[in-house]
Amino acid sequence: MELDLLMQIYVFVLAVFVGFELITKVPPTLHTPLMSGSNAISGITIVGAILSAGLEEFTISTILGLSAIIFATINVVGGFMVTDRMLKMFKKK
Amino acid sequence: MQIISYLVYLVSSVLFIFGIKKLSSPKTARQGNALASIGMLLAIIVTLFDQHVLTYQYIIIGLVVGGLIGTLMATKVQMTGMPQMVGVLNGFGGGASTLVALSEYYRIINTGGLFTVDTLITIVLSILIGSVTFTGSFIAFGKLQGFVTGKVVKYPGQNAINVLLILAIIAGGVMIVMYPLNTDFLLAIVGISLVLGVLVVLPIGGADMPVAVSLLNSYSGIAASATGFVLSNNMLIIAGALVGASGIILTLIMCRGMNRSLMNVLLGGWEDAGATTGTGGSEVKGQVKSVDPEEAAMIFDSAQNVVIVPGYGMAVAQAQHAVRDLTNALEAKNINVRFAIHPVAGRMPGHMNVLLAEAQVSYDKLFALEDINDDFNNVDVAFIVGANDVVNPAARHDQSSPIYGMPILNVDYAKTVIMNKRSMNVGYAGISNELFFYPNTLMYFGDAKDAITKLVNEIKEL
Repeated sequence: MELDLLMQIYVFVLAVFVGFELITKVPPTLHTPLMSGSNAISGITIVGAILSAGLEEFTISTILGLSAIIFATINVVGGFMVTDRMLKMFKKK
Repeated sequence: MQIISYLVYLVSSVLFIFGIKKLSSPKTARQGNALASIGMLLAIIVTLFDQHVLTYQYIIIGLVVGGLIGTLMATKVQMTGMPQMVGVLNGFGGGASTLVALSEYYRIINTGGLFTVDTLITIVLSILIGSVTFTGSFIAFGKLQGFVTGKVVKYPGQNAINVLLILAIIAGGVMIVMYPLNTDFLLAIVGISLVLGVLVVLPIGGADMPVAVSLLNSYSGIAASATGFVLSNNMLIIAGALVGASGIILTLIMCRGMNRSLMNVLLGGWEDAGATTGTGGSEVKGQVKSVDPEEAAMIFDSAQNVVIVPGYGMAVAQAQHAVRDLTNALEAKNINVRFAIHPVAGRMPGHMNVLLAEAQVSYDKLFALEDINDDFNNVDVAFIVGANDVVNPAARHDQSSPIYGMPILNVDYAKTVIMNKRSMNVGYAGISNELFFYPNTLMYFGDAKDAITKLVNEIKEL
């Protein structure tokens, strides 16, 4: 196994622990916005999609990349916007 | 230049972490979401300047098309449709991961085809998780929307078929490592993974959707992480891991809320229990007392402490605004009103809270099960709107009941229980509710929205 991959596994495992620590502090009342908001974050694949669609030559990779950008952008834009719409409504009188 | 992008990616990762951290309170949550979206924007901008990005027309087309569809979905969706919305978003996230991994595979083939074993394994994993998330999420959407049956679907050899498909994917993975340039193996893995996604979500029943949607949410995060491994990008790995952890925690909370194991939910558990025990638990019979709006209004009028228990029925009847009117009418008479929310009420975690927030019910009136359950002895009226199994006292004492051991809201300890329901029908678990026959229970029949509106009018006239 390459050292690079091993370092990536380190990062993954540590990030999972950070995630557990953070998420257990989110109150149940915000669980739906948590889902839609974290969902938007998982649209980070958009970065990979941009790299795929921006290659110099037009190949099958470009088509796949373009589709990936559309999917990921729906995920990111839709996710953050709908989360904001929900969180705006949470008010204390 | 590369160093700058890596530093910006680090900033984005930190913004994601801070964004989620701020979700720990409704006061800072909106700001947290904004921070996370800034992190995303930074990551996108710096990627556009990456030295490998040489043509922009397809990127722009993709961003505009995706952005428009996303905006349209986010602004049009109704709050009651939020579980479907999250389901669909999970699906797009998973789909994007599959497409990026495939694209990377073809890019390497077109540039000489030098694969390392690590790359191939991560590509296969990314495709597997992404595809299962993609089709699984759309089946979940179909179930929530009613396009696909909300019933538990069972067929002979169900588990054997799933195991065979997973073995086929592993075999495909081995073949692709041995023959990296043979695209047929990879496409076969895509196809089988897509089928697997359909088959794993199909058996899950409608009311178990909170578990399915949470789990798919987790998958969509893990898929993003897997893509990060494919592209050797730590930011993707971190962001994906955070989401993966979030989905897993929600999944476990949902399972605990039903006192069931994840396996039991995934294999379509409850219907089985109902079928084998026949009536499901002890047969309950007795006198059912019903009230009309006028009587119910008088009972509310003489109360000091009221707790409202909403369930999926409130969402179906779109009764959240009527419930808010009821709250205001009672508070105008100096009656203390609180809400008790069971973890699995509705079709996704926090579903009821969002609906009540939409109706402008103050969030400090919403209480989780563990925060209000000990207090039902002091409650004058527990008013149940569209909930059933989560208030069935059989869960506490009847060992033969399929829901035995499930944490329930102890509404029966209140002086009076008023239960709004359309009929005497059973709940999701397929069992009748002995609470209907309790001496302190009054049934208030009718569609939640109409019935509560009538009740509010009566209360105002008193």
